[in-house]
Amino acid sequence: MLNYIIRRILYAIPILVGVNLITFTLFFVVNTPDDMARMQLGIKRVTPEAIAKWKQEHGYDQPLMFNNAEEGLEKVTRTIFFEKSVAMFAFRFGRADDGRDIAYEIRTRMLPSLAIALPVFVLGLIVYIAFALTMVFFRATYVDFWGVVLCVALMSISSLFYIIGGQFLISKLWHLVPISGYSQGLDSAKFLVLPVIIGVISAAGANTRWYRTLFLEEMGKDYVRTARAKGLPESAVLFRHVLQNALIPILTGAVVVIPLLFLGSLIVESFFGIPGLGSYTIDAINSQDFAVVRVMVFLGSLLYIVGLILTDISYTLVDPRIRLE
Amino acid sequence: MSFKPVILWTDALVYVLVAVIVIFAWQVRRHEHLLAPWRRVGHSASGMAALTILMFFIVIGLLDTIHLRPAIENGNGGSEAAYGVEVLSLLDLLATPLRTQVETTYSAPFATHLYARETVELPGGGQVREFPRLKFGGAHLQDPDAQLASDIATRAGAGAGLALLLWFLIATSVTAIVAHRRDERFMSTLSTIWRGITPVPWRAVFVTLALILLLGGAALALCSDYHILGTDKVGQDVFYQSLKSIRTGLLIGTLTTLMMLPFALLLGVAAGYFRGWVDDLIQYLYTTLSSIPGVLLIAATVLMMQVYMETHPELFDTIAARADLRLLFLCIILGVTSWTGLCRLLRGETLKLREMEYIQAANAFGVSHWRIISRHIIPNVMHIVLITTVMDFSGLVLAEAVLSYVGVGVDPSTISFGTMINAARLEMAREPMVWWALFAAFSFMFALVLSANLFADAVQNAFDPRMKTLSALARTWRRKSIGKNA
Repeated sequence: MLNYIIRRILYAIPILVGVNLITFTLFFVVNTPDDMARMQLGIKRVTPEAIAKWKQEHGYDQPLMFNNAEEGLEKVTRTIFFEKSVAMFAFRFGRADDGRDIAYEIRTRMLPSLAIALPVFVLGLIVYIAFALTMVFFRATYVDFWGVVLCVALMSISSLFYIIGGQFLISKLWHLVPISGYSQGLDSAKFLVLPVIIGVISAAGANTRWYRTLFLEEMGKDYVRTARAKGLPESAVLFRHVLQNALIPILTGAVVVIPLLFLGSLIVESFFGIPGLGSYTIDAINSQDFAVVRVMVFLGSLLYIVGLILTDISYTLVDPRIRLE
Repeated sequence: MSFKPVILWTDALVYVLVAVIVIFAWQVRRHEHLLAPWRRVGHSASGMAALTILMFFIVIGLLDTIHLRPAIENGNGGSEAAYGVEVLSLLDLLATPLRTQVETTYSAPFATHLYARETVELPGGGQVREFPRLKFGGAHLQDPDAQLASDIATRAGAGAGLALLLWFLIATSVTAIVAHRRDERFMSTLSTIWRGITPVPWRAVFVTLALILLLGGAALALCSDYHILGTDKVGQDVFYQSLKSIRTGLLIGTLTTLMMLPFALLLGVAAGYFRGWVDDLIQYLYTTLSSIPGVLLIAATVLMMQVYMETHPELFDTIAARADLRLLFLCIILGVTSWTGLCRLLRGETLKLREMEYIQAANAFGVSHWRIISRHIIPNVMHIVLITTVMDFSGLVLAEAVLSYVGVGVDPSTISFGTMINAARLEMAREPMVWWALFAAFSFMFALVLSANLFADAVQNAFDPRMKTLSALARTWRRKSIGKNA
């Protein structure tokens, strides 16, 4: 087992290197630091001196890949590639364009993101499974049919509509919770209720429908027929046998997103004014702060790969038939 | 009127797409085994009703794709015709009143007065704060308060009446054709359609058609004299914007797939067929790309493209060309981020297929790799491609709105559902709320995405009968109720 985990982690390294190369190409080769400086300083009437100054302030005043002005190892290390891209492996993220430390921002913003993403994840899982089970229990009846119709309708509504509609109805019309904002500790609950509910609803259609398919697939298997032949009531078949076995694909499928919960949700956070990583990314995109976007891309893929490894491990934990080699 | 046709990049690709679909349809018609699953699609009531709605969207989108630059009237009577810099589409020309009747700012649907008070100079001196009359919306009414309701009712009634007449003509001729094909009398065909027991669910199609035509007829009759969905901040008609957004949505949903299809197909099949280092390389490629969260990769790429476009303004001659190229880039980027899923599916299917006896036989006869792939493997994975394509469409339309909100979507000058929502969102805090732009964008988007989802469901069900989709459910259910009645 340990052997396998170590090998999985080693496999992840070339992928991270690939991600790093992609971001490097995107951010420094397609557009040179000169272009970025010109963009930040305004396209017109920008002097070469101003560009040079901007590049120096932000640490872009080095050659891209190879520095001929330096000696020995410094030929490679004193370059943009090494200092901006390779440094990310050591979690040295540098500073944003407004001078703040990106690593510090990420540490402080992780918790608010998690405060929304985790309840959405847990609550969502429970709600979707409950609805899917209900539909499967009443399969091929009106309940099932209209349930699927409802799922397809929910899937067809833009997530922006849920947010805007929810804010309008709950906060503006009924004044139940504040429209947006965030505070520390238990006090933040009143700010979090609405985004969590909206987060659960906006993914309800697709997930419930998907879980229903999984349950139905499980219903067709031999052991279910055996259980019925034994004379078990339908509810016992469903809740004791089918639910347990269908939970394997559901939970292992959910494991992959757990690490990504730290990143939060882009639009929900920015609509509700939650100071999490999602709104941080949106602000960075809007102010064209490439340093932050680059770090978020790297962090996102790192967390995704962690999620993949966790998925593989969880497979073996829930299903002993799967052997890791 | 003379004009000069303009073919933007996306237009050219749409023409290519239409050509591909026509060739594909022609191929399918000639081969019974290809036609069979499509027949199943044609027998699904929800699928055909959805297709009817989609057809309307597609016609509007295609009308909006034919671009031209109309000639400007030049007074000196020169033989050289001058063409305006403004690129218009056929839809723009058809909707000229909608496009040109611009008010000064917000006005509610069917309003005759502006939404905000303005200071108006009285003729006899002095000023008064009031809601000024609109320049175009309901301008023909003498006394708006008294006449508005009855005028709207008569116009809508007339439009709906004409639409009903049109519907009647279409329904009668379709029924006549069906009767002729089935070699039946007209009345007996009519009664089978009425009872909903024809194999092709004509009743569902007719009902949907009637609904669309009634709505459309009433809207058409009203839209030249009223702003039926209100106006936005700069006084543009929201109904016109909604119509224009359809093309953007359709383009993003279809061109993205068109862009990624060659990559996904070739790489996926190659990985599964050749295995070995080719497989390793391709797997590495798509694992790396798919490990970057989609929105972030799109955001990073679009930001970089923005910088490139800002620093190279000389590459684009008109605003339309620039916005168009940006739309195309967005499609390409979305394609790059979304091909990995399809590629993985195709690799798995090809791995399975290459062990089949007929491929082994082809190998033993010395058929070349290229020929095996093109003759035996690709035709047998096409159903996966088709299902993924139709399933992805609705997700892409929804994604466009979110991306435009994040600020990495289409060009701000391109009218799309995303830009409409984005602009209207700022007025959320206004009291009383400006709701109509949001309403229009969301309801048009809902109609488009819902019909795409239902159609995708029917296609998936026809091509992959193992899936427990909505259409399958409806069918077993119908069979049950028929059995009960019998």
